[in-house]
Amino acid sequence: MTQAILFVVFILAGTALLSWPLGRYMSWAMDPARGQGGANGFTAIFQAIGGSVTRRDQDWKRYVVSLLGFNLILFVVCFAILALQQVLPLNPDAKGAIDGSLNFNTTASFVANTNLQHYSGEVVMSYFSQLAALMWLQFVSAAVGLAVLTAVARGLAGRKLGNFFVDVQRATFLVLLPVAFVIAILLLLTGVPMTFNGSVVATTLEGVQQTIARGPVAAFVAIKQVGTNGGGFFGPNSTHPLENPSFWSNVVETIAIIIIPMACVWMFGRIIGRLKHAGVLFTVMLILMGARISASIGFEAVPTQAFTSLPITQDVGNLEGKELRFGASAGPLWAVVTTSTSNGSVNAMHDSLNPLTGMMPMIGMWLNEDFGGVGVGMVNMFLYIVVGVFIAGMMIGRTPEYLGWRVEAKEVKFAMLALLSHGFFILVGTAVFAVTPWGADTLNNVGPHGFSEILYEFSSAAANNGSGFEGLGDATTPWNIATGIVMLLARFIPIILPLAIVGSLSAKRRATESSGTLSVEDGTFAGMLTATVIIVGALTFFPAATLGPIAEHVMFMK
Amino acid sequence: MGSLMSQPKSASMFDARILVPAIGGAFIKLNPRTMAKNPVMFVVAIVSALTTILFIKDLVTGAEGLGFSFQIILWLWFTVLFANFAEAVAEGRGKAQAESLRKTRTETQAKLLTSAEGREWKDVSGTSLKVNDVVLVEAGDIIPSDGEIIEGIASVNEAAITGESAPVIRESGGDRSAVTGGTQVLSDWIKVRITAAAGSTFIDRMIALVEGAERQKTPNEIALNILLAALTLIFVMATATIPAFASYAGGAIPIVVLVALFVTLIPTTIGALLSAIGIAGMDRLVRFNVLAMSGRAVEAAGDVDTLLLDKTGTITLGNRQATEFRPVRGVTAEQLADAAQLSSLADETPEGRSIVVLAKEKYGIRARDMTELNATFVPFTAQSRMSGVDFEGATIRKGAVDSVLKYLQSQSIAGGTGSEATIREGQAIADEIAKAGGTPLAVARDGRLLGIVHLKDIVKGGIRERFSELRKMGIRTVMITGDNPMTAAAIAAEAGVDDFLAQATPENKLQLIRDEQAKGKLVAMCGDGTNDAPALAQADVGVAMNTGTVAAREAGNMVDLDSDPTKLIEIVEIGKQLLMTRGSLTTFSIANDVAKYFAIIPAMFVTLYPGLDALNVMGLHSPQSAILSAIIFNALIIIALIPLALRGVAYKAIGAGPLLRRNLLIYGLGGLVVPFIGIKLIDMAIVALNLA
Repeated sequence: MTQAILFVVFILAGTALLSWPLGRYMSWAMDPARGQGGANGFTAIFQAIGGSVTRRDQDWKRYVVSLLGFNLILFVVCFAILALQQVLPLNPDAKGAIDGSLNFNTTASFVANTNLQHYSGEVVMSYFSQLAALMWLQFVSAAVGLAVLTAVARGLAGRKLGNFFVDVQRATFLVLLPVAFVIAILLLLTGVPMTFNGSVVATTLEGVQQTIARGPVAAFVAIKQVGTNGGGFFGPNSTHPLENPSFWSNVVETIAIIIIPMACVWMFGRIIGRLKHAGVLFTVMLILMGARISASIGFEAVPTQAFTSLPITQDVGNLEGKELRFGASAGPLWAVVTTSTSNGSVNAMHDSLNPLTGMMPMIGMWLNEDFGGVGVGMVNMFLYIVVGVFIAGMMIGRTPEYLGWRVEAKEVKFAMLALLSHGFFILVGTAVFAVTPWGADTLNNVGPHGFSEILYEFSSAAANNGSGFEGLGDATTPWNIATGIVMLLARFIPIILPLAIVGSLSAKRRATESSGTLSVEDGTFAGMLTATVIIVGALTFFPAATLGPIAEHVMFMK
Repeated sequence: MGSLMSQPKSASMFDARILVPAIGGAFIKLNPRTMAKNPVMFVVAIVSALTTILFIKDLVTGAEGLGFSFQIILWLWFTVLFANFAEAVAEGRGKAQAESLRKTRTETQAKLLTSAEGREWKDVSGTSLKVNDVVLVEAGDIIPSDGEIIEGIASVNEAAITGESAPVIRESGGDRSAVTGGTQVLSDWIKVRITAAAGSTFIDRMIALVEGAERQKTPNEIALNILLAALTLIFVMATATIPAFASYAGGAIPIVVLVALFVTLIPTTIGALLSAIGIAGMDRLVRFNVLAMSGRAVEAAGDVDTLLLDKTGTITLGNRQATEFRPVRGVTAEQLADAAQLSSLADETPEGRSIVVLAKEKYGIRARDMTELNATFVPFTAQSRMSGVDFEGATIRKGAVDSVLKYLQSQSIAGGTGSEATIREGQAIADEIAKAGGTPLAVARDGRLLGIVHLKDIVKGGIRERFSELRKMGIRTVMITGDNPMTAAAIAAEAGVDDFLAQATPENKLQLIRDEQAKGKLVAMCGDGTNDAPALAQADVGVAMNTGTVAAREAGNMVDLDSDPTKLIEIVEIGKQLLMTRGSLTTFSIANDVAKYFAIIPAMFVTLYPGLDALNVMGLHSPQSAILSAIIFNALIIIALIPLALRGVAYKAIGAGPLLRRNLLIYGLGGLVVPFIGIKLIDMAIVALNLA
């Protein structure tokens, strides 16, 4: 147990430390000051290529329109590549066209930075599809999130929002590519393969011929992690020994999952010019995530329910579904971190987690803001801030203000609408699939565990996470279409509405702060924000959690 | 806030004359059109009605467990009625005030003048008057409608609106020309140009305001309503999906239980009390003799960052007083006092009188009879800025130092005796006095400067503490004065204001407000004169004095019936209190949900998965008693919080951080803990009474 705690503290503290310089770099890259060399030089080059559309400042509506147009293009291109992969190059195994609903689901999934995979890559995807459609989207979909956060922060700083196209290019080329490159090198050092040669054929000890798939894994895995994408090169994702071969590759990948979301908070703080406020937000997020990590490690320290009636002692925790090279605590840590950040890559079987451990990833996806996906996690937190500030502001007897912007009817409406939509997708989706054959017929388990599988799948889609509880036969048309729609709506509603809030705020007269205004830089605010996140964000799911993991726990765990 | 608590007119919260009609009012308000204004309670009413219909259906078909359903339905309706009751009580208090106002608005006869110049008039009914009609009002007449005096002067009893029985003087021209319909002229006569048609007079507006008839939702109230509606929607989702979840688990949840969960989860506590809080906030202002023209103005008052306060009357006592005679070399203090006293004998200004008093107290100089001395008084004019007296070849002048010196120079050119050195000395004394915050008043006799009278502004007791309190609230105070910068700075330092505007003119006052607003600040000010009107209109909160002109009253968004400029501070506190009460009860309401979940969820699902009884942390007796306790608690807490909603959460000037911590502790943590205890106690009572 001590070892587990040390491991977690080491990973979290180390990443938190690393996120500070990265946040500084990211604000340099994403929001270069006037006259700043490197980043502006890049912008100038891009603007020369991109033309006039990349040169003008956009208001929130134009920013949103550009963003949606850009994503529509991504969607069409990706859909077309997957649909036509049989006639496109780089298809040595002659993979056929992808089924329509699966194509829709996969395209939606990658455009929405979700990477929910209702397929096994090596079975259905050609190399061209993998690289030109999926891997490309892992970069640009994450870049979109970073662009949105930058625009939101600029608006809150009282400046123009910027230009979407420029922001996306900066995020892709100045942030994601270099960071992914560094991670890829590190992974290479831990033994992750990086080759364009084909599979190797090996003869096993039993004398059987075995084909071992290889490929440019390190590069793929690096962007999979840093872009909070989660879509693996291999079907089993980061449980696969060539995606995640050792303790150290596991450490690097765990850090890679969370480093950009953490750095996003600092970047936000730098752009709005309030690092102390960012520190408070960072602390709140760290506490929320840390609580889930601690709880899940605690819950996972007892063996699985299968042991309850057996006359044996097992005191190394639940090892079902774990990769033994990482141990029992690296699994729950990863499970929480990957769901906290909308990443969705896995290094253990979430289906095999003890019931209450399995609830922790779900809570992470319900809250979806600590630290959340690249860019969008901080933007989600902004929604909670709006609601928290509104309530707290009234309690000090003033019209609520955030950074001097008055929070009024419009802002509350948009923030609540975005938060409400998240619950809607998860609860209504789960309800529909729980009572119809669409869901019931695809379950591997009955009872509360089966219910958890459905709940998890919709939570994963709505949080743009992409991990699966698994144990669910989700490659069906109803699942493909339902989760595809949820992923798209759950991606763009919480992107458009915060931009609308910022548009509405920045049209107002900004107030100066005084000792009579609400401080967003102290412990009281941190407490208020934490309570808002828990009560507004999680309480809605209490009935569902009761009938899923909690019921399973009280029924089977001793 | 002590001053707020001890309002003379405040009716008891539990006055039977208010409570009894409010019970009836609670039922009258069940009218769907009334209910629809409050989204949360409207939803409760709808589900209560639907559940009732289902219950009647079950009653006819003879289903089981009707006793339990009946109790739930009963408490659902109580929830709705309690909310209506809260609003009715709040309105009832206003109505009681409106009633007494109405009594003063008797049918009046008006003397409509046929021409504004003449005095021929004909009797018409007060209600038939139109705007711009000119009426004659004589001693004993009731002023028929709001208007402006165009000719004459009269003493007027304004007790009808201010509650103050001492008569006030109203006269044409100047800043005291407005009269209010319903008040009575006690002496003399005035010609009044009517400025408000029947039905829209000041008293009519006041009645409408206190009754809440004109009540419109304020911006913050609208935003809060949206938050509450969104929370309601969230819980619609949370409960509407439960049947599907339960059906997956192979069970069914009775509708009445789902409704109970839903109603307890949605923010009914704040939803029920929201309008009562708003009405009570307005009411508090009215009790304080301030009329807000809109609820928006009250909210804005709570947001004020900068308070512009007139020096005279607000920061200092109305009148400056002579405290010292400072003669120039070669003149004795007695000589100076004698001349100053002579020039002030006929001067009826408070300053003049204070000179006479000081001369008597310090040098025993007695009052003399002006006619005996054969003296003629030279009154103060805006041009000369001096007053004085002429007798038996002697001329005495007193006035502002620069104007007296200018006068002396003109004299010396004409062969006077004002020497350069004396003038320099006088100027030095004057500067010294001004630096100390006093007003120097030069006195000259026969073209020769005798010395300077030190007039001192007396800063009101306790005002310094008020300003430091305001500073803690994050409010900056700016003193507005016509004094020169030096004097202003000294008084500003003595009173502890943050800033001052010296030599204020209507123009630079307006500019100051605009500058502050450009910096993102909300500005409050009070004023009375017509030249204050632009600034009053520009300020976010403009409090017009009731004694002021019609123009000032119309430019402001509040009217202070007592014409007491210090009230601005209390108005700010009332505004803050209003928002704080809303925020605190919202927090309380939302925090309550945790306990309610723990009461109802295990009770609801224990038949599906018996192990879930482990979530019954309160150890409630049975599923039925648990659900019933939660819904009863939810209804009773509304009643329990009505006094708080009407009284408002106490505001303390301790700064935003400590204030938030305090309210979070009381209403946030309290909101978490109280329902656990309350529900448990109700459960025990239910078991004892054998209700479930």
